[in-house]
Amino acid sequence: MLELLLSRWQFGITSAYHFLFVPLTLGLSVLVAVMETVYARTGDETYKKMTLFWGKLFVINFIMGVVTGIVQEFQFGMNWSGYSRFVGDIFGAPLAVEALAAFFLESTFLGLWIFGWDKLPRAWHAVTIWLVALASNLSAFWILVANSFMQEPVGYALRNGRAEMTSFGALLTNPNVFYQFPHTVLAGFTTAAFFVMGISAYHLVRKNHPGFFHRSFRYGLTLGVIALVLVMAVGHLQGQHLVKAQPMKMAAAEALWKSADPAPFNVVASIDQKNQTNGFELQIPYLVSILSYNTPYGEVKGIKELQAADAARYGPGDYIPPVAPVFWSFRIMVAAGVVMLLLVLYALYLNHKGRLENGPRFLKIMLWAIPLPYIANTTGWFMAEIGRQPWIVYGLQKVNNAVSPAVSAGAVLATMLVFTLLYGVLAVVDVYLLSKYARLGPDGISADRAAKSGGEVSLWT
Amino acid sequence: MDLNTLWFILLAVLFTGFFFLEGFDYGVGILLLFLGRDDMQRRMIINSIGPVWDGNEVWMITAGGAMFAAFPNWYATLFSGFYLALFLMLVALILRGVAFEFRSKDERPAWRGLWDWLIWGGSLVPALLWGVAMTNLIQGVPINAQMEYTGTFWTLLSPYTLVGGVASLLIFTLHGALFLTLKTTGELAERARRAALGAGAPAVLALLILVLMSYTRTGIFDRAGAAIMLWVAFAALVLACWFLFYRRYGLAFVANGLTVALATLSLFTGLFPRVMVSSLNPAWSLTIYNASSSPYTLKVMTIVALTLVPVVLAYQVWTYWVFRRRVDGRHLEY
Repeated sequence: MLELLLSRWQFGITSAYHFLFVPLTLGLSVLVAVMETVYARTGDETYKKMTLFWGKLFVINFIMGVVTGIVQEFQFGMNWSGYSRFVGDIFGAPLAVEALAAFFLESTFLGLWIFGWDKLPRAWHAVTIWLVALASNLSAFWILVANSFMQEPVGYALRNGRAEMTSFGALLTNPNVFYQFPHTVLAGFTTAAFFVMGISAYHLVRKNHPGFFHRSFRYGLTLGVIALVLVMAVGHLQGQHLVKAQPMKMAAAEALWKSADPAPFNVVASIDQKNQTNGFELQIPYLVSILSYNTPYGEVKGIKELQAADAARYGPGDYIPPVAPVFWSFRIMVAAGVVMLLLVLYALYLNHKGRLENGPRFLKIMLWAIPLPYIANTTGWFMAEIGRQPWIVYGLQKVNNAVSPAVSAGAVLATMLVFTLLYGVLAVVDVYLLSKYARLGPDGISADRAAKSGGEVSLWT
Repeated sequence: MDLNTLWFILLAVLFTGFFFLEGFDYGVGILLLFLGRDDMQRRMIINSIGPVWDGNEVWMITAGGAMFAAFPNWYATLFSGFYLALFLMLVALILRGVAFEFRSKDERPAWRGLWDWLIWGGSLVPALLWGVAMTNLIQGVPINAQMEYTGTFWTLLSPYTLVGGVASLLIFTLHGALFLTLKTTGELAERARRAALGAGAPAVLALLILVLMSYTRTGIFDRAGAAIMLWVAFAALVLACWFLFYRRYGLAFVANGLTVALATLSLFTGLFPRVMVSSLNPAWSLTIYNASSSPYTLKVMTIVALTLVPVVLAYQVWTYWVFRRRVDGRHLEY
């Protein structure tokens, strides 16, 4: 059991860490591609500088996603061989397609983009970053097809002691994919938007290159408004889908122990998992019914009733996920989203009035708002993954049957400690480099490149 | 030919492509400290593989993904069994990857020196471990009737597999040195030649010992095709050194590439139809049948692979064409 606990922690640490870098890649690749397209079409040097400056930060972040991604692929086999044997027939396929269709494209064309400034015509060069952006988002699609099978298994049959694929098409059209994929990608766009707005705000406060950073800020703002509105809309639909598809996860997210019609919304609650009750609740009546069904009435199933139903269906056992982490993750994610929405709406208003540069206090807030999307991304995954417990594949396999029999708890502990230490150090280094190049600004990066290239070309470092 | 066999061949091709391409990346990384006398030279060495190393590494990711998709039991047994070895490999690959990206982003010599050491170690460890891992597949490891590995990390280290590790390390180092003779100029290229000569002789010796030990330690010579390929791989290595001596670098690189490819293919031919040999009981070996996915999954994946692989090959070849020129020190990106 210790091995199970440690393996779960290890997966949580490595996956949460990996996903610190992925969302920015998803969004910033698109933003940089748009900037370079404008440059390719107009020849305006400001857009070239924007491409180089934001592209530089993109690459420093990108490499962290790459190297931590290798761990993701390996650890299913390393720590979760029981899982790999049970669902490999289904789960392996999207992973292989992800590598073949997305990772090759992404890595090859990023190489061409970084090193190809003076080797490719301007328009072709812009195409390479579009292919990187496409490939990044395509990889998100394939890995979420894989993850969606864990959340909502479809297109399978239980044969030969394992889950076997019966329809690849069903896997791709899994309803969960069509909520989770746009929600994740839009969250990535939001992350990039706040990253770009935050760093631009830092320079706008200091009146460095106001033209350059005002334009950058507007790019971030435009993307941010669109992505935030959509990510929330999709999130709402996703929640409604979860009420039907994974009712236990949503009941835990609402800390709703007893079925209720109409179901109230707990703004905050002190959760007592042992006694299956909440000590203190601050409630908004009707709200969960409204959120679930768009009408004030409608029964939302509670945890206790769902537990009884699961026990009847799958045999005796505890089918309740850790309620408090799911409940609070959900709330933190939503709260971060609401704060972000208010910030971009206010930014939109200031920009409309032409007063963006005159509001140093607001600009400073935007710099400090950079962590908000990261908090929302991470807590969103906490809710999705913790809320699925005790299942690793919902309704099909429990986590305790998924770990590797060949691996000892000591080995998992040792590797977890090294990964954690290594990841911690690399996070410090990466943040150091990001903030160094973010502060240098566009001129610093051109000068840096010129110095490195013997003064002959000055495009990239 | 059934789809199980087709996927076995496809995996052999993926590993061959991976070792051929990433082999010189590892070699270049290992030689970085010895060949780069100053910062400019080191940057030129790193930039010689700069545009391509990540794409080359994706061959490994794809091989892993394909193994998971087509032979989930192979993936599960191998990755959970070779746990600590793969963990060491992961740490090495993480450090190496970020080191390429980070080392030139700060001026301080201590900073750059540290990342250079990590590139060296991060290339050396996988270059060694891949040889150990592959020779373990054919020599056999303790796998029980439930397909679970029952050994420890130390079980993986035997005289035969250590020779395998040293051989892959030396051959990859030679591969990287030969690559550098083609991608650099002047003093650096000359030093790369000397490094290649230095790695070549021990590589020949290590491979010879490995081939001879394979007679007693493995069943690889039961199969005529595997035996022939292994000896031709050895001959190609000797030929590579001969070309190198006469400064025919292009031919030397091709010959050594042939060694890498044939040694890999020989191993897979020797394994077939097994994918991992059990040293406890031959009946417990993993094969392309008891380790495979369902016929349906194999069919789907075959369609996907046959569609995408030619496209991937086309644009990767094109990349090498775009960056065909030698690194000249004026267009350094890393």
